[in-house]
Amino acid sequence: MDVAPQETLAHTLRYKLGLTGTKLGCNRGECGACTVLADDVNIYACSTLTHEVKNRAVVTVEGLRAADGTLHPVQAAFIEELSPACGFCTAGQVMSAVALLKANPRPTREEARLAMSGNVCRCGAYDHYLNGVMRASGQLS
Amino acid sequence: MSSHDNMPEMSLYQPVQVEDAIGIATELAGRGWLVGGGQDTYGWLKDRAKTADALIDLKGIESMRGIKETADGIEIGALVTLTEITRDPIIKERYSLLAQAAGRVASPQIRNVGTLAGNVSQDVRCWYYRRGLNCYRAGGNLCYADTPEGMNREHAIFNASRCVAVTPSDTGPALVALEAQMVIQNASGQRVVPAEDFFIGPNLDIRHTTILRPGDILTAVRIPAKWANATFYFEKVADRNAWDFALVSISAAMRVNNGVIEDSRIMVGAVQATPRRLTSVEQAIRGKPRNESTANSLGNLASSDANPLNYNHFKMPLMDNLVKRAVRGQA
Repeated sequence: MDVAPQETLAHTLRYKLGLTGTKLGCNRGECGACTVLADDVNIYACSTLTHEVKNRAVVTVEGLRAADGTLHPVQAAFIEELSPACGFCTAGQVMSAVALLKANPRPTREEARLAMSGNVCRCGAYDHYLNGVMRASGQLS
Repeated sequence: MSSHDNMPEMSLYQPVQVEDAIGIATELAGRGWLVGGGQDTYGWLKDRAKTADALIDLKGIESMRGIKETADGIEIGALVTLTEITRDPIIKERYSLLAQAAGRVASPQIRNVGTLAGNVSQDVRCWYYRRGLNCYRAGGNLCYADTPEGMNREHAIFNASRCVAVTPSDTGPALVALEAQMVIQNASGQRVVPAEDFFIGPNLDIRHTTILRPGDILTAVRIPAKWANATFYFEKVADRNAWDFALVSISAAMRVNNGVIEDSRIMVGAVQATPRRLTSVEQAIRGKPRNESTANSLGNLASSDANPLNYNHFKMPLMDNLVKRAVRGQA
């Protein structure tokens, strides 16, 4: 696959690889819909050149499910907590939550709030996502 | 002006040695664009508000990474991310002012890739300018923000000179407070410049916010031991706690002995094009107890010589109150 020098990671994922789970909202690093992981760190795929991450492990929402189809604990917890409303920001919210729990498996609600603060939800379902994060970390049952 | 989803066509260099990066940057001169984290870059290019022939991605240069102790303090590589700064044990212990400032930049994802060098080198956020209008800073002869109907709530209350934009950096004022030194390399060698002289206002050069010129690369930031483990106060007021740039921020370093302020560096962000040092406040509090009464005695000393625009008078009491909080030591 040819990747143009100026091509963003979001562009490569969506339009070259067909991985449309990663959404483009603002395309300016101001909404979080395009959040993916690079070496387990959450970044904005719209504001990253593909060539910048050519030596790093990139994980999108498509890569979270287990081989047998089992959802990632964050995905399962978000369903349980009815976190998404319209769902457009959900893939990005999932990726930020996954990054948080990899670095900090049992965050406080305030730590989770800060870690999720780079993802906008136009439906305003922030507390529902936070409940999902706390459930995924085993602190809500 | 329409908005674009795609980046414009351009070349990309990914040097791994700083000498190679300098060579490429020198050859391309004004047509090259240095990229660290890129978070102030791609918007300009996608909007076609600024253009370049080639991007020079510096992230592969190992010598510009890492935080190390030196004989007199620490040296922070230009590519160290804002997240790394917030987590670094030495910075958290001795220079927590910088860790706090870095932790209030933009959003977690931006801090994960945004670099210290990029945060101090980023361009101003005036929307007229960012929209690609041909204002003074863009080379024209008009300021759209400083007109009777111009929206200038976020703009300068000090030292405007044709352009009324403010410094957007949260870490810049903290670095000046800590008397940091900026290490700059170019084809003729290396020079070390005090952070205070690194930032420049429109009266000196309306097209640039720092002394960096094509061919220059900010390779590291040195923080001397002078203010290590001092008493610090940082606060940033913005519309939202994520993403938004400061309306006013304060970065204060103080030496307090037996409750008395012996020495201080009080810096304010987002009130002019460069971090603003409040020397009158520093003088007024020298030798005074760090308490509410000293704070209140300052009155509106910090803002008394401000020159507000139509919509930003609020920055005057906001700045005065932040100064009081820093001096009394609590929000």
